[in-house]
Amino acid sequence: MHEMAITQSVVQAVCERMGDAPVRRVCLEIGTLSGVVADSVRFCFDLVTEGTTLEGASLEIVQPTGKARCRDCGAEFALTDLLALCTCGSANRELLAGEELKIREVEVLA
Amino acid sequence: MCATCGCSGGTILEHHEHGHEHGHEHGHGHPETRTVTLEQAVLARNDALAELNRTWLADHGILAVNLMSSPGAGKTTLLERTIRELGARLRVSVVEGDQETVLDADRIRATGAPAVQINTGAGCHLDAQMLADGLRTLDPPERSVVLIENVGNLVCPALFDLGEQARVVITSVTEGAEKPRKYPQMFRAADLVLLNKTDLLPYVDFDVAAFLDGARRANPGVEVLQLSATTGDGVAGWYDWLRARLP
Repeated sequence: MHEMAITQSVVQAVCERMGDAPVRRVCLEIGTLSGVVADSVRFCFDLVTEGTTLEGASLEIVQPTGKARCRDCGAEFALTDLLALCTCGSANRELLAGEELKIREVEVLA
Repeated sequence: MCATCGCSGGTILEHHEHGHEHGHEHGHGHPETRTVTLEQAVLARNDALAELNRTWLADHGILAVNLMSSPGAGKTTLLERTIRELGARLRVSVVEGDQETVLDADRIRATGAPAVQINTGAGCHLDAQMLADGLRTLDPPERSVVLIENVGNLVCPALFDLGEQARVVITSVTEGAEKPRKYPQMFRAADLVLLNKTDLLPYVDFDVAAFLDGARRANPGVEVLQLSATTGDGVAGWYDWLRARLP
């Protein structure tokens, strides 16, 4: 359950960037192929933010879906999991989207 | 949008001196807020520390390899054999990650190699700060090898860059051939896959071809070596792989 460590990293990064400003909303991007479970992050968020400037903030999670380009035939296709093959049968693909794990924006008291 | 009444506010929400009629009473006032775009990697801090580790290791001519597997795949047994068989020619030291106990570090020290044990407590993986702390304690000599035994877990360690030069995933034939399909993130992160305990193949129902297929679906072109850390079968390939990466 690395989501606790991931959520702690979010809180630490926001505190470092925003200083003492009380945070009202946090928006994260967690790709569906990132290996991080968004619901687990939601579960951890209230626990981890307690006593910080993020306490009481709402959490929004945007989940980009997987997309890949086949290195053999050049086709771009939706990737539902990391084992899915291109329609040409190749497993040799470059991930274009789905692995995002970032803090998109925060809303703080002005 | 105002959550109480639904009137629009835009990014900057002003105090509620509404210029429009609501037709109902509510005594709320929204404090002014501003939205700040961060576009920052969640693990940026860990990644920066990992880069410092990588630079420090390169500057000292040290090869650091991160070994990851589920509990009981044979990481420590492989390390013991590696140190006993290569220790005379290669200076090897070990960073041991476990949730609790110093049992593994004791096993490594019994081979004569320096080892430092990191207990992650509730944590399920090593991170870059833990490796930095471990390296400071271990103080490995220049032109040597540091083998990092991550916490036994096929999920979490895949996400955390330590600053190592290579990642090795170990699976044993007693675990089942479907491991790469169940944990593609981990196999995708691997520079080398070791299939351990091959001496037990006659006694277990393990489909090697299905395992190889799964590993290459998750990570096309990944090198897979089959070996037994107990009998020593196939370990020469692992030693060659290590030696080829020495700075």
